[in-house]
Amino acid sequence: MKPAKFAYHAPSSLDEALSLLQRYGGEARVLAGGQSLIPMMNFRLAAPAALVDLNRLPDLDYIKHENGVVRIGAMTRQRKLEFSPVIAERLPLLRDAIRLVGHLPTRSRGTIGGSLAHADPAAELPMMLQVLEGEVVARGPGGERVIKAGDLFRSILTTALEPGEILTEVRLPAMAPKAGHGVEEFARRHGDFAIAAVAVVIVHEGERCSKARLATGGTGPVPLRLTAAEAVLERKGPGEAAIDEAAEAAARAVEPMTDQNGSAEFRRHLVRVLTGRVLRRATEKGPR
Amino acid sequence: MSDLVEIKLTVNGASHEGRTEPRKLLVDFLREDLGLTGTHAGCEHGICGACTVMVDGEAARSCIMLAVQANGAEIRTIEGLAEDGKLHPLQEAFHREHSLQCGFCTPGMLIIALDFLRTNPSPSEAEIREAMSAAICRCTGYRNIVRAVAAAAEKMRAKP
Repeated sequence: MKPAKFAYHAPSSLDEALSLLQRYGGEARVLAGGQSLIPMMNFRLAAPAALVDLNRLPDLDYIKHENGVVRIGAMTRQRKLEFSPVIAERLPLLRDAIRLVGHLPTRSRGTIGGSLAHADPAAELPMMLQVLEGEVVARGPGGERVIKAGDLFRSILTTALEPGEILTEVRLPAMAPKAGHGVEEFARRHGDFAIAAVAVVIVHEGERCSKARLATGGTGPVPLRLTAAEAVLERKGPGEAAIDEAAEAAARAVEPMTDQNGSAEFRRHLVRVLTGRVLRRATEKGPR
Repeated sequence: MSDLVEIKLTVNGASHEGRTEPRKLLVDFLREDLGLTGTHAGCEHGICGACTVMVDGEAARSCIMLAVQANGAEIRTIEGLAEDGKLHPLQEAFHREHSLQCGFCTPGMLIIALDFLRTNPSPSEAEIREAMSAAICRCTGYRNIVRAVAAAAEKMRAKP
């Protein structure tokens, strides 16, 4: 339960961090909040030759709203998001979801960029990137590139980031001021990873729905947009029957795995129930 | 050994300097190098919360933080909770409400409660339960712990 040996580097600039990664040629890991990586190293599921600690970099901790987009530095702690007035105003769904991310003492260290780069399929923040149609900025030796949510997550704990790249910024379009939203998850203990989770943003006026975005976590190798369910709502509006149909479409769209926390069938059932529940909540048909 | 790293940190108001392997966890540095064994190492992978300490004013799990990362940090452990020989209101409340049996989880419980009440001085019972779910207790059950946090919150609010 102790990490294997590694070389430790705490660079003071992003360029220095990038050249360190290059020097180790894929054998180094980036250390952000460490709330997933260090446990994996304690178990020796991960034994990198070196750690490149980003915690001494000065410029990756910020939350800004500009031209309808909230830009969040990759090293911004989850607890900072929890209490940020910008997040509360522009991304109330993210504010609600943050309270489901780990526990108070892990949110004080855990970062938004670290969670996205780690890409645990049961984590809430990757699901948030999907439902909020966000993108991330990655810096590598060749410069910067932008990766959309749908292209970032490849498989369990696997993203489109190259070994020499560092995720530097998260960009999330501000939610429409009147958008309904909700997030629901089923976990054994509050703060644990979701056995299944569903989140929604919906723009609707009465029974007409101009935009619906749904995503799920914990129900497959990557967090998934539930596009079939979105289409049902955008076509039929958020009436009771359409919500049931969307929940059914969501349950059909997932390919869950069976593990010690639940069977595939159980997770599919949860997706159906949670989708109905978040939609009723987001359209004020159900309890808040 | 050549790969030792020098670190300087403040623990409970006192400065410490030490040399540590990069792989040494903060909890082990506190216990083995500084002799502060009040912080307990439980699960050693960030689940049980027994090792929680304050790092620069915020609760953090010291078994999933490296000692080298605490270079320059201000740490507060359970040993720094009582002041001038007088128990902290949280300690008093845990004592009065019988919130511990074996006491193994208690240092972490107290630090989590300390940070929680800093940001939410008037919590509901549901909020206390949510926050205290960050630590696992295997003997008392949680009822008395929740009651103690509520009682301490009340007492701390009443203080000028």
